[in-house]
Amino acid sequence: MASLDINQVSKIYAGGNKAVNSVDITIQDGEFIVLVGPSGCGKSTLLRMVAGLEEISEGEVKIGGRTVNTIEPAERDIAMVFQNYALYPHMTVRQNLEYGLKNRNTPRADIDARVAEAARMLEIDQYLDRKPRALSGGQRQRVAMGRAIVRQPAAFLFDEPLSNLDAKLRVSMRGEIKRLQRRLGTTSIYVTHDQLEAMTLADRLVVLNGGRIEQIGAPLEVYHQPASTFVASFIGSPAMNLVQGELHGNRLAVGPSLLTLGGHAPTSGEVTVGLRAEDLRVASSDEEGLQFRLDYVEELGSQRLVHGHVGDQALTASMALDVALADEMKLAIDPRRLHFFARDTGKRIHAPGTAPASQPSVMEVA
Amino acid sequence: MAYVAPSPRFLPWLTRKPRPKVFAEGAKRVQFSSPVLPYLFLAPQLAVIFIFFYWPSVQAVSSSFYIEDPFGFGSTFVGMSNYTDVLTSAQYRGIALFTVVFTALVTLFSLSIGLLLGVKADAVIRGSSAYKTMLISVYAIAAPVAALIGMMFFDQHIGPFVEVASWFGWDMRVGLSYSDTAFAMIVVAVWKQVPYNFIFFLSGLQSVPVSVREAAAIDCKSGFRRFWTVTLPLLAPTAFFLLIINVTYSLFDTFGIIDVMVKDKAANNPITLVYKVYEDGFRGNDLGSSSAQSVILMIVVFVLTIFQFRFVERRIHYT
Ligand SMILES: Nc1ncnc2c1ncn2[C@@H]1O[C@H](COP(=O)(O)OP(=O)(O)O)[C@@H](O)[C@H]1O
Ligand SMILES: [Mg+2]
Repeated sequence: MASLDINQVSKIYAGGNKAVNSVDITIQDGEFIVLVGPSGCGKSTLLRMVAGLEEISEGEVKIGGRTVNTIEPAERDIAMVFQNYALYPHMTVRQNLEYGLKNRNTPRADIDARVAEAARMLEIDQYLDRKPRALSGGQRQRVAMGRAIVRQPAAFLFDEPLSNLDAKLRVSMRGEIKRLQRRLGTTSIYVTHDQLEAMTLADRLVVLNGGRIEQIGAPLEVYHQPASTFVASFIGSPAMNLVQGELHGNRLAVGPSLLTLGGHAPTSGEVTVGLRAEDLRVASSDEEGLQFRLDYVEELGSQRLVHGHVGDQALTASMALDVALADEMKLAIDPRRLHFFARDTGKRIHAPGTAPASQPSVMEVA
Repeated sequence: MAYVAPSPRFLPWLTRKPRPKVFAEGAKRVQFSSPVLPYLFLAPQLAVIFIFFYWPSVQAVSSSFYIEDPFGFGSTFVGMSNYTDVLTSAQYRGIALFTVVFTALVTLFSLSIGLLLGVKADAVIRGSSAYKTMLISVYAIAAPVAALIGMMFFDQHIGPFVEVASWFGWDMRVGLSYSDTAFAMIVVAVWKQVPYNFIFFLSGLQSVPVSVREAAAIDCKSGFRRFWTVTLPLLAPTAFFLLIINVTYSLFDTFGIIDVMVKDKAANNPITLVYKVYEDGFRGNDLGSSSAQSVILMIVVFVLTIFQFRFVERRIHYT
């Protein structure tokens, strides 16, 4: 177990492609960090630089205070779980688990104890003498986790370990990974493109976009105060509505509709307005709201997603099942739940009254 | 060369490449409207196999029981005596021994040099398909040319090998001295087979999943040890396939090399069993003995084939 320091790290591939750009992350001992972002944003590259499988072009990676830039993967005291499991196909499950320990001259008794312990934890005892090809995807992934656990490393590195599993298994394995990590208390970096997986697993999320960090924060912090339109549209499902609006004093114009804000707006002029689908509700007749034209409804069982337009801008609202729908509706939103982003940079504009620390009723929504 | 040796060319089941499984599973069942049609499609191939393999084989087996009059005036049935003569002949056993040594050395050296080159090339071209295409295209022209060049190495007048040997006081006389000829034969045979092994080992190495190598790099710091414990076991299917191919190559396909080196040379030169078949049949006109010898060789090939089916195809497959 150890802290992990990623210091101004960049990766420049041959041809000048900067896949990771000056990334800075300080990871506490025992923390579960999730790197999340769309495909090709440099998550794997960053993780592989920590693992030592990819050379670090610029910057410095420290594991437990020791700079590891030029240290071989096997000597960095990390263990990695790969997307396609990467088990040794010619070895039995037991040999797979033992391999890393044997090469480190761990005493036999110690190896046996650790393998037995890991096999029990992951419930793979009965497969120990099978070859990987005789296991299902889920079982293989457990073996891959077992191979990491027996090593008792300073850090676990996960590269999309659940992507090859079916949806149901993914959910249960997700829970299991979280439980194991809590129990072992091992510092972990977990890479995924799935925002839900990221939200549910992370102590802290690192949202990456084009090789740069967009935001670092606890899952709910990132959810409620996205630092940019990119984060806003990436985290949360359905994605946050982003519409063009104009601020004047304490009033917001979105298309033909006008909303009055609680206090003075943080800025004036053209902004991008963010609205979470679940923050929208049908307005009462004397309330002001957004003139919404309904296009179609998606039934999700517990609620429904209502898709439509405000002016010519698409908008999605999440409604309880008992809400009466009409082709033309007025939708209201608590002004404190509005997010404002600069039109040009996409960066969040903090309202004076809604500074990060005093964001109202964060837990309520969750 | 009029002689139709049981060379791997005519034994399609010996030279089979390990087929990717997808072909078998992905191939669709084609429905023919007439049940005769598929056999028509197969007919040319069947005809080739029949004319060039089954027919000569049957001929060889039958004539191995006869002694043919050297001038072609009929033949006499002699039962197994062609076989007993051959198997009790000290000369034949000497040639068999040389064939075994020759095959073992050629196989050993061409496999290990091919593997070594494959590993070195793999380290360079990992991920770069341009290099790969270049290396493979070299192989496409290499085999016949390589044999020619190899032969030239040992030319009595212009061969650089002969020249180099002479610097060390080794008066190399290929075609005259038994050991010199054997040495040259082995070197040229290895030289000719290395590119083939190289390409197979290289593609075998390239098909080891990158993530498995990376997992190994995290589990084991010694690259040498990783090679022995992870890479090489994963290459086993390729290696066993090549082992069979190399053994049959050494036994049969080296005919041309031997022929060039010992043809028209009266001295006591090393030859292999296949060459002996040819010598006895076409130089000595002893068709009965020659046929018996080729039947013996056929049996060797059958044993090898069974070995391949049993051991290589069944036991060493990973998914
Ligand atoms: N070996 C490589 N050479 C050149 N570019 C690469 C290489 N590996 C990845 N890249 C590029 O770097 C970027 C980030 O890749 P990666 O880290 O794999 O993304 P992610 O894991 O987030 O999907 C991509 O644009 C990809 O094309
Ligand atoms: Mg990736």
